Amino acid sequence: MATTIDIVSWFVYLVSAVLFVMGLHCMNSPKTARRGNTISAVGMVIAVAMAFIKLFVEGFVSVVAVVVLIAGIAIGALAGVVSAKKVKMTDMPQLVSVFNTVGGGAAALVALNDILAQETPNLVVLITAGLGVLIGSVTFTGSLIAAGKLQGIRWVKKLSLPGKSVWNILFALLMVASLVMLCVFPGQRLLWSVLTTVFALCYGLVFVIPIGGADMPVVISVLNACTGTAVAMSGLAIDNVALIVAGALVGAAGVTLSVLMSKAMNRPLMSVLSGGFGSDASAASAGEGPQGTMKETSPDDLAVQLVYADKVIFVPGFGLAQAQAQRELADLGELLKEHGVEVEYAIHPVAGRMPGHMNVLLAEANVPYDELVDLDDVNPQFPSANVALVVGANDVTNPAARREGTPVSGMPILDVDKAQNVVVMKRGRGKGYAGIENELYFEPNTQMLFGDAKNSLQSVIAAVKELLA
Amino acid sequence: MPDLVVSITLFILALLIGIEVIGKVPATLHTPLMSGANSIHGIVIVGVVIVAAEAHSVLSYVFIFLAAVLGTMNVVGGYVVTDRMLEMFKSDKKANGKDGK
Repeated sequence: MATTIDIVSWFVYLVSAVLFVMGLHCMNSPKTARRGNTISAVGMVIAVAMAFIKLFVEGFVSVVAVVVLIAGIAIGALAGVVSAKKVKMTDMPQLVSVFNTVGGGAAALVALNDILAQETPNLVVLITAGLGVLIGSVTFTGSLIAAGKLQGIRWVKKLSLPGKSVWNILFALLMVASLVMLCVFPGQRLLWSVLTTVFALCYGLVFVIPIGGADMPVVISVLNACTGTAVAMSGLAIDNVALIVAGALVGAAGVTLSVLMSKAMNRPLMSVLSGGFGSDASAASAGEGPQGTMKETSPDDLAVQLVYADKVIFVPGFGLAQAQAQRELADLGELLKEHGVEVEYAIHPVAGRMPGHMNVLLAEANVPYDELVDLDDVNPQFPSANVALVVGANDVTNPAARREGTPVSGMPILDVDKAQNVVVMKRGRGKGYAGIENELYFEPNTQMLFGDAKNSLQSVIAAVKELLA
Repeated sequence: MPDLVVSITLFILALLIGIEVIGKVPATLHTPLMSGANSIHGIVIVGVVIVAAEAHSVLSYVFIFLAAVLGTMNVVGGYVVTDRMLEMFKSDKKANGKDGK
């Protein structure tokens, strides 16, 4: 028979679950999004408070556990606040990935503890908690590698995996086999749960290592879904409504976002996840890229083009984030707008290293969100633009995507080449993440401005100011 | 085991609600959405508190400590960072001139 506190806590958890849904719902407009986040945070506080109340009302076996628990929460909260406050907006994708790492780790630990602590765990606990351990561990190492790749840590980026599909299949089989053994022989559950953990950790590594940086947005989103599922599985194991509902919500969010993004790249989700892009195979075919000469231009020349234009479209990409030049770009836009030039920002769905990465960066630079135009709406506008200024975007502008047989084939691109003049700001002559040369750079109406985007933009701003003075 | 049946029902219904709600979010907000969803799975600390009630071995203490640190970092950091991101989203063009917050 359920006690009063059981019933009360059930409803309190239900309230917090409802708050999570409301919070996510408010995310559908920039106006209400911040309130949505607060609502969801309130739901979280309520749920955690309830858990503590229940803990103290019902009593606990050991004081040490509670002390350890509170100490852990204090340390975690401090670490979380400090890292969240200190991080630069350009480093946001890594941080989200790190938070995903720790979330997956926590879910796996809860599930693992549940398997080991019980005297005779029943089959339901073994299956659900086992899945929690497995998925949580995969997310832990997977997100860690993803964060390392995004941070640009050299040895992480250099990691490669010969025969990646063999390793993937091997570890996938081993971890599933260990999980099955865990359910069949609960007597040896220490051995099998540890093996499941180890193999799942290995699988996380071999799963993410072969995937190129350009596909990281999808990977992070998938891993986010995994953590959500792991949390829901832990929730099923310990029979807690808050964990089940919140985990399912995050799982749904992650899956929906991943599908949206793979649609934006016009590639099936599975092909993204099997790591075809930016890997050795496509890099090898890069040799037979387009040949020709690139025309270079100067900041002064670009300033003249911009000032005498009627309409300018900015095309930001990952290079903008890397150079942290979002404020300079926004300043330039503001300057041109004051002069009467129509300025728009073309946002490709997968520009940057996270879904909506460019939107966040430009929002930081105070660009109003209604000037950011989506792929479908901006493409018809390129022919009427006098200048398309590409800042650190590469693969998403490559006209080769319209043809068959290139690594970027089929990916919807921004029709930058249809603008009357195209100026590309680029750090060097290197290739994009897809590992191929961008045909756009050899078009007759394209000019290149090599150098750090921040410095280039500063020179352009100075030159524009001089012209307008 | 009717409990499990109820739980699974909840899980599936929550999945459907999630898909429905997320599908309406515009691309502009996908980064804060992901970060916000990311902090929601920090709910796992509720699970940590629940298992802490029955913990009595050294191994459990270690697990609980680690899970509490990781889970709390996830949830607190996640909300703070999402709030920071959303704070920057403005539509008011007048607010444009002044830089910074």
